Amino acid sequence: MNYEDYDTQVAGEIIAGFDARPEMLVQVLHAFLDRFGWISEAAIRQLADELNISRADVHGVVSYYHDFRTEPPGEHVIKVCAAEACQAMGGRELDAHARQQLGGSNVTLEPVYCLGNCACSPAIMVDGKTYGRVSNERFDDIVAALRGNR
Amino acid sequence: MATRIYVPRETAAVSVGADDVAVAIARHAKEHDVAIELVRNGSWGASWLEPLVEVVVGDKRIAYGNVDVDDVPALFAAGFLDGGEHERRLGPIDEIPYLINQERWTFWRCGLVAPLDLNDFLAHQGFKAFQKAVELGPQGVIDAVKESGLRGRGGAGFPAGIKWQTVADADGDQKYIACNADEGDSGTFSDRILMEGDPLGLIEGMMVAGFAVGASKGYIYLRSEYPLTHRILTRAIALARDNGWLGENIDGSGFDFDIELHLGAGSYVCGEETAMLESLEGKQGIVRYKPPLPAIEGLFGCPTVVNNVVTLGSVANVVNLGGDRYASMGVDRSKGTLAFQLAGNIRHGGLVEKSFGVTLRELIEDFGGGTASGRPVKAVQVGGPLGAYIPAGQLDTPLDYEAFIAIGAMVGHGGIVVFDDTANMALQARFAMEFCAIESCGKCTPCRIGSTRGVEVIDRMIAGENREENYDLLLELCDTMEDASLCAMGGMTPFPVRSVLKYYAEDFASAVGVDE
Repeated sequence: MNYEDYDTQVAGEIIAGFDARPEMLVQVLHAFLDRFGWISEAAIRQLADELNISRADVHGVVSYYHDFRTEPPGEHVIKVCAAEACQAMGGRELDAHARQQLGGSNVTLEPVYCLGNCACSPAIMVDGKTYGRVSNERFDDIVAALRGNR
Repeated sequence: MATRIYVPRETAAVSVGADDVAVAIARHAKEHDVAIELVRNGSWGASWLEPLVEVVVGDKRIAYGNVDVDDVPALFAAGFLDGGEHERRLGPIDEIPYLINQERWTFWRCGLVAPLDLNDFLAHQGFKAFQKAVELGPQGVIDAVKESGLRGRGGAGFPAGIKWQTVADADGDQKYIACNADEGDSGTFSDRILMEGDPLGLIEGMMVAGFAVGASKGYIYLRSEYPLTHRILTRAIALARDNGWLGENIDGSGFDFDIELHLGAGSYVCGEETAMLESLEGKQGIVRYKPPLPAIEGLFGCPTVVNNVVTLGSVANVVNLGGDRYASMGVDRSKGTLAFQLAGNIRHGGLVEKSFGVTLRELIEDFGGGTASGRPVKAVQVGGPLGAYIPAGQLDTPLDYEAFIAIGAMVGHGGIVVFDDTANMALQARFAMEFCAIESCGKCTPCRIGSTRGVEVIDRMIAGENREENYDLLLELCDTMEDASLCAMGGMTPFPVRSVLKYYAEDFASAVGVDE
């Protein structure tokens, strides 16, 4: 995934795009994630200033939601569904396989609690795209294709 | 004339290669100078057949199931543009038993239409319900919804008509419709299939709701795990707005209504209505005390209808066909249809819209074809992570809100997750507590702390430490969480745990491999 370095001017434009409405904080944070990949301290300071809310409030929201990572992600992000429908189809085994394959790599591996693809379990999400019926072999193919595309 | 080919653009279909199949078909047609019109429809919901490609031949749509990119040249060679024979051929879409044995009240346009084609929508009753609502007047619409007996499909099952009446009667210049599209329960995807397959139908449902209660603004709170849905809804809202179906004085009715789409951020508890409202206000998704009910003091303190996607999607036909028609389906106090979702270890997973009263066995065996593994069913979790595990011996229970409560279970949002006999249910009980610990909003102690203690107690039971004493302790913890939690998160996490204690206690001795 290609993300930009944090830039106060770009960030300011994003905030202005939401008319600096404080109730849009969650939406602005999503826009930051799309652009910069993660939420930095600088972002939290700027959001507090420009939405006219306290830094504690912004920090509270950032830390509350799973989506708002506060460290840069790896080159790719793979989310493995860890919820019941996938568990019933070997999701735990797939997760173990994924950890084994990707340990120490530049891929960020995270659990996700349901991708809503429960009739095609087990499911994973790779850089925002959902894959279903993911056997260990299919997982390896998907990862190989990612690496081929670098 | 160009042959029309449908390839779904829906998360499950795309997750198993539908985009690649669409590209391969288009490329093959171009290279061989064959005229085709490729349409990206929604899914019919038969996810087990995805990617499900349809070719229009005469007045029939001939279906080909589980189409792989590698099949494309052979399909052309087999004359699939004329409905030719091939091992992937399933026959006409309207003769597939999985589909024709359903009762499609809410999902009837899913698969049938191109979701982002306004003319296709208008040609299929689009906005007719809104026009009829304007004729009926607000109270007429509310009366129809009351008569239908429609209950909230998000899981709580509260009568929609009564909620609408409360908001309509509440004081306030500004009222809101908040559509809960935070479909977080594992094993559920009906909201997603509706939003991806018939987004304009959801918009129309929200318009009808807004008209009925006097709300000029609607919000859709969509979970972030559904990026494709987000793209489709964004375009559908713009399409409606650009064509005067959202905005001021819609269709000359004098009614103003617009919709804002918000994304959640990976918090399960935001599916709880008051947590969702907090999140819509840009805050942490922490549950509110009730009362006041959202119908009285909801979003930004204003009277708010909070309804699930499927509830709002069911309203158009209630208005079009009459509340009495809807109420004629189903059983007792569970009127109408529910979109059941067959998930997990099931051969024919997907969406099945049926009247209430159908049994779990009919859904799992007749529609679902049994487990994917071919092994015996061990347990079925209905209603998401807060739903009880139902043993194979209770599969003849009819799907009915009250019948399920009577066996200590819940229908919820209609998700049905099947486990075969290789599953260890002690691990599932542990997961229920673990999930609660991860997702608790933290406001009330029984949920925040109880869930963590629950994991610890279960770990001791699995390790064989004082198993009987810990069994009693776990039951006591379940009592505390049930009685003293603020919302369903902590209050219902004990349901799956208790069901495991009751039906699968022996699994604690055989559980292994909990890795942290």
